[in-house]
Amino acid sequence: MSVLVGAHSRVLVQGMGKHGTFHAVGGREYGTNVVGGVTPGKGGTTVEGFALFNTVEEAVRKTAANVSMVFVPPPGAADAIMEAADAGIPLVVCITEGVPTLDMVRAAAFLEGRPVRLIGPNCPGIISPGEKCKVGIMPGHIHKGGPVGVVSRSGTLTYEAVNQLTALGIGQSTCIGIGGDPIIGTNHTDALRLFNDDPGTQAIVMIGEIGGSAEEEAAVFVKQSVRKPVVGFIAGQTAPPGRRMGHAGAIIAGGKGTAEEKMRAMAAAGIHVVKSPADIGAAVAEVLPTR
Amino acid sequence: MKVHEYQAKALLSSFGVPVPRGKVAYTADEAVEVAKELGFPVVVKAQIHAGGRGKGGGVKLARSAEEAESIARAMLGMRLRTHQTGPEGRIVRRLLVEQGMDLAGSREMYLAMVVDRARESPVFMASAQGGMDIEEVAAKDPKAILMETVHVAAGFQPFQARKLAFGLGLPASTLARAVTFMQAIHRAFEALDASLLEINPFLMTRDLALLALDAKLSLDDNALYRHAELKELRDFDEEDPLEVEASKYGLNYIKLEGGDVGCMVNGAGLAMATMDIIKLAGGSPANFLDVGGGANADQIRNAFRILLADPDVRAVLINIFGGILRCDVLAEGVIAAVRELGVKVPVVIRMKGNNEEKGKAMLRDSGLNFTTADDMSEAAQRVVAAAKGAK
Repeated sequence: MSVLVGAHSRVLVQGMGKHGTFHAVGGREYGTNVVGGVTPGKGGTTVEGFALFNTVEEAVRKTAANVSMVFVPPPGAADAIMEAADAGIPLVVCITEGVPTLDMVRAAAFLEGRPVRLIGPNCPGIISPGEKCKVGIMPGHIHKGGPVGVVSRSGTLTYEAVNQLTALGIGQSTCIGIGGDPIIGTNHTDALRLFNDDPGTQAIVMIGEIGGSAEEEAAVFVKQSVRKPVVGFIAGQTAPPGRRMGHAGAIIAGGKGTAEEKMRAMAAAGIHVVKSPADIGAAVAEVLPTR
Repeated sequence: MKVHEYQAKALLSSFGVPVPRGKVAYTADEAVEVAKELGFPVVVKAQIHAGGRGKGGGVKLARSAEEAESIARAMLGMRLRTHQTGPEGRIVRRLLVEQGMDLAGSREMYLAMVVDRARESPVFMASAQGGMDIEEVAAKDPKAILMETVHVAAGFQPFQARKLAFGLGLPASTLARAVTFMQAIHRAFEALDASLLEINPFLMTRDLALLALDAKLSLDDNALYRHAELKELRDFDEEDPLEVEASKYGLNYIKLEGGDVGCMVNGAGLAMATMDIIKLAGGSPANFLDVGGGANADQIRNAFRILLADPDVRAVLINIFGGILRCDVLAEGVIAAVRELGVKVPVVIRMKGNNEEKGKAMLRDSGLNFTTADDMSEAAQRVVAAAKGAK
């Protein structure tokens, strides 16, 4: 039915400031089991009915949280990710935008070898609509439970794709926003592997961007291992080289990471690549085995 | 954030990387003064944020004060065009005057550090083929580039520096100096939160001295909050004035050459996708403009103003998928902007998400002439038609 998050998820929010609290409430209203928040120094108090804790370790002990959603501002975001991993939380979703790259290098090394998966940073989060579990900042109401897994580097562009699917009556198993930074936790290939193994997912949408080579690597994996139809789109077909297009990771450098190259690699792997972002939903409708 | 060569060299020097003696000059008089201090010959180097300066006439040798003066006079204010500046070029406002190096019998090599996405670590790169475009080297002969991954906890080890040094074919007598040189590069990279640090050429002189003959440094924008002193190095003259203006309001704007459809979008991915769909509809986007996820009415107003300050814009497409940003807030900002600025070009608006109906009603009731569209491809077709009609 879903991957990574669902009815079993017990969500902790790290960084219960204005944004964290707003989205903790949003998650709860959607149906997510938000079990509390962590704001160092505010332990023992509550905000909007959420119990606050001083450390993640304490929060896990008292709430049995198994997912953390990080809103801690950039200077402390990598630290927050590592604290969650150290406390034994198996899934950490970092929404924070603007984390220094070398901080993420250190966090990635810290996470290596631990039983933890990171999503993000600089991402909209993850949602399993069929199980009413939303861990992120996406508008819940455009989603609908169903058989399509969505993985994407962008935020609003993912909403656009999801909206097209829902408008066609096609629901989603889980939508994963992996984030637009150069160093991220879960990448396209990881997400594809999860969807490929999920019996509730029948087709996959993969939305990439210019920059890096994650889409090319994912295409290799699709060719080798994925036995479900995949629809792909790459944003930035008209982007000029050498300019960072908003996301820190979205830059064509040294002639590498162009949309053309990525689309070619994806098409060669059997992915149904659409040129227009308006055609994502329709392409899924065509390839979906059962409706 | 990019910094100038002279700034990069000063920073590297503070970490113990040997660089030629030199100083920045803003006027021809200052250039002559620096040249006299250094002694002749000197090299006068135009300081712009782009490579390929030598081929464009931005690097010249001066053997006397008179020569230094005439070169500096000609260079300051000139429009320097290189393969990295585009045809419009960059105006030279600063010069680096450096001691002239005797290049006879020297070797020009290449050193660089970047953060590698796939390895999730900084990597150290070296190539014996310095002084040329490293991208060309990489394309022709990938094996000509040596690479060492920097371990996060252990750092860059001497054995890695030795591997690179021997790989470059440096003589054994320079080994200790080469290791020290590369370790200093690594220390600078980490301490400055660099995203790119490139020494090209990395020079070995005839008498086996090693030094950074050129230096290119880009800093991680996300880390600038902890480097107040580095923020001062930003040179606004090197950036598009509209892009600078946009950044003041937390907007991300990039001007695209040759386009005539202005676009305003929330989210970088959707902004790129909107540019793409304009192209597919037969038009040409004039810019990338991401107003961010939580834009307020004031930001929308400023975004509109910046967008329209580009004289090439003949029609505007606003594409907003309101998750956090509500459609009524967007409508309020757009209506205020159009009233205030007296917008003359056609405006096509497509918005989805929270409070969509309320936003649409506000646009309808404003009495202003907006075209609305329900989906992206309809919006793109309408705005492209409008831009063509406006010509």
